[in-house]
Amino acid sequence: MSNPMEQLLERRENAEKRLRREKFNAKVRITVGSATCENAAGAPDVFKKIEELIRKHGLKDVTLSRVGCTGRCDMEPVVTVFSQRTTPVKYIAMTPDKVEKVFDSHVLKAIPLKALAMPVGVVQDTDFTEEKLWADARLTDRFSSVFGDVHFFGKQMRMTLRNCGVIDPEDMDEYLMVRGYQAAVKVLTEMTPNDVVNTVIKSGLRGRGGGGFSTGVKWNFALAQKNEEKYIVCNADEGDPGAFMDRSTIEGDPHTVIEGMIIGGYAIGARVGYVYIRAEYPLAIKRLELAIAAARQAGFLGTGIFGTNWDFDIEIRLGAGAFVCGEETALIRSIEGERGMPRPRPPYPAASGLWGKPTVINNVETFANIPVVILDGPEWFSSIGTAKSKGTKVFALAGKVCNTGLVEVPMGTTLRDVVYGVGGGIRDGKKFKAVQTGGPAGGCLPESYLDTPVDYESLTAAGSMMGSGGMIVIDEDSCMVDVARFFLDFTQDESCGKCTPCREGTKRMLEILQRITSGRGVEGDIEKLLRLGDTIKRTSLCGLGQASPNPVISTIKHFRDEYEAHIREKRCPAGVCAGLLTFSIIAEKCIGCGACKRKCPVPCIAGKPKEVHEIDQARCIKCGQCFEACKFDAVKRS
Amino acid sequence: MKNELLQKEIDKAMALLPEPVVRYIQDCAKKKNPNSHLISVLHKVQEHFGFLAREHMDAVSVLMQIPAAKVTGVASFYHFFNFTPRGKHRVSLCMGTACFVKGAGKVLDKLQDLLGIKVGETSADGLFSIDVARCVGACALAPVMIVDEKVYAGVKPDQLVKILGEYGFNPKKAKK
Ligand SMILES: Cc1cc2nc3c(=O)[nH]c(=O)nc-3n(C[C@H](O)[C@H](O)[C@H](O)COP(=O)(O)O)c2cc1C
Ligand code: FES
Repeated sequence: MSNPMEQLLERRENAEKRLRREKFNAKVRITVGSATCENAAGAPDVFKKIEELIRKHGLKDVTLSRVGCTGRCDMEPVVTVFSQRTTPVKYIAMTPDKVEKVFDSHVLKAIPLKALAMPVGVVQDTDFTEEKLWADARLTDRFSSVFGDVHFFGKQMRMTLRNCGVIDPEDMDEYLMVRGYQAAVKVLTEMTPNDVVNTVIKSGLRGRGGGGFSTGVKWNFALAQKNEEKYIVCNADEGDPGAFMDRSTIEGDPHTVIEGMIIGGYAIGARVGYVYIRAEYPLAIKRLELAIAAARQAGFLGTGIFGTNWDFDIEIRLGAGAFVCGEETALIRSIEGERGMPRPRPPYPAASGLWGKPTVINNVETFANIPVVILDGPEWFSSIGTAKSKGTKVFALAGKVCNTGLVEVPMGTTLRDVVYGVGGGIRDGKKFKAVQTGGPAGGCLPESYLDTPVDYESLTAAGSMMGSGGMIVIDEDSCMVDVARFFLDFTQDESCGKCTPCREGTKRMLEILQRITSGRGVEGDIEKLLRLGDTIKRTSLCGLGQASPNPVISTIKHFRDEYEAHIREKRCPAGVCAGLLTFSIIAEKCIGCGACKRKCPVPCIAGKPKEVHEIDQARCIKCGQCFEACKFDAVKRS
Repeated sequence: MKNELLQKEIDKAMALLPEPVVRYIQDCAKKKNPNSHLISVLHKVQEHFGFLAREHMDAVSVLMQIPAAKVTGVASFYHFFNFTPRGKHRVSLCMGTACFVKGAGKVLDKLQDLLGIKVGETSADGLFSIDVARCVGACALAPVMIVDEKVYAGVKPDQLVKILGEYGFNPKKAKK
């Protein structure tokens, strides 16, 4: 009988034959983005329309399939048209009407419709072929051969997201085409668990879930435990509100995560894996279920996987909306079916985790990097990034930036390059104010910190955090005290209540912030916040409490003047905090149209038609409806 | 005698829960660590009824042989579970960081105003209920709102009437 690698390659050959016949050899191949974000933007209607057009014209050599999300979210739905010898053309913000135009021109007449395509920036080689696309290249190269001609993508390096937007996540054969499961088979047949651990240590890969602990060292610790029963867990809880890297990775390339877990399981000696995924991600759950079923069917999961004598299987467990369950000891309790409360460490899960057995917990992104480390080698992997942070990091870029979406850059790229280079700067000509990383555990960094490189140490030193990869850009329209209040509101609500500093402390901090934003702040509040924050940081049980003061401390550090304006002058410089605003009518601009008066719910606006109106300050509830209603900018908000 | 009583309780519990859930519980009982499936059982119950009623949680407790206090304890720990009936259409507005920065607060104000209810409540005509979500992972399209399963991107306050209209929104009936 042939060995496991030969079997896998044979399977790949069959997959290739089928795919060439059904898809790749077509004269025109069309892919439509399909993910939670794409679907929200209207991708399903576009897909249907193309199907209809192909049928209507009776085209036999045009094929259509779904791919994951490329990460260019604000231009979705994205439709990519492949034809031999030209770089694929990416059409953006498609609607059924627009896609019909594209179809008429590009598909029927072979004339690309530049006006509706993503603007290209970088010159690409023009002899793109499907042959080259699927060749055994370095895993990270494939993405840029399809998307690299666009500025947004050309400035990135796709390692974790290498297959997202390239392959059909619901078709395992396409994953095999991109050397899928070769890393797993290589590990199972050619390497000892020790070899795997050493390779991962050598690569310098660090956990992408926030802590940045060396993955190899963690695995080594679990490997050293003498226990028949061990577990490996994928943390797909993605609790940071404002991050979606893990969702996109699973929706776009679920098999990569499975493969990473197989390798991790073998390395530490775990035969059972769990994926803990949040219930708010129905599509990701569905794709993962499909992928696990396909892998089981092929014998990649189950007993004697890939024809070796190693057993490994994966079970999905759903979260239920508790941020603290992203913390590893709480996550373990939740998988066990309990209230997700953390416990003190040590013992670390690697020694005593699920049901008291050695357990390794890694983030989705961490697992997605493992096949790259194995196939392209630890030396190559560690050549990317900085001295202490290797590889790339995916950020979910959102907020007031022009290009929102997923951005993957080598570690050490500066914040400025991410926000301005890839992100294209601030929307609507507004002024940059801050960039928030690390979610509720992180901080806000002002303009003067934009040259900070993104790596674990630099971001922490600057007073923020790498976190799991949320990156929210904030412009002059946001009030930083209000942003701090927002995060405290979140952590206070999510505090599990087990330890006092976090339970009581965050509540008190929130109260002070509410007082300040409603105009009742008093001298000394800032100092009180700092003192409380320091205590909470030092005495909380888990990472949730320990990091909860960070958004407050960092905004006080960098935007103290805004706090002071609220407290001393009872003024919100950004015009956000409703309790501190006054609305008045500028007599010179008011034409007496009465629009504000009709909108006012109190009502506190008086004035005859065609005469200047007036707001009764005593009765005004500061709802701001008059401000929005006025077409002549005659209502002043200050 | 004791067994008979227990059997009666079990029969009663089985009648209360939909059949697939009962079957799921029975399947779990055969697996290793059966109690660890409590959360997924609660997910299934909520999926079916829209919320977790006391009697349904008690039924789960009987069938899984987990103390009722523990079932309630676990259910109340997680935000995803709710204990009051929801409207026919569940409107859930994202209040994650990206949506917050992009003005989801204003959308929420308007939504509450239109329906005459607060977060967690159901409109007078029983058609809509409002929940807030903690990021649904479509941050780049903020602010995001989900009605039942459909995701709406880049929602502005003045689009709400139209969106709710797709689900039979009638301003007079909603507020009563
Ligand atoms: C409050 C809190 C929330 C967390 N949420 C997540 C999360 O959503 N996803 C994640 O991967 N890690 C999260 N973590 C980090 C995990 O505890 C753990 O360090 C991580 O999953 C380990 O994987 P890694 O080594 O691959 O990063 C969280 C930690 C804390 C304290
Ligand atoms: S913050 Fe609203 S979808 Fe992520």
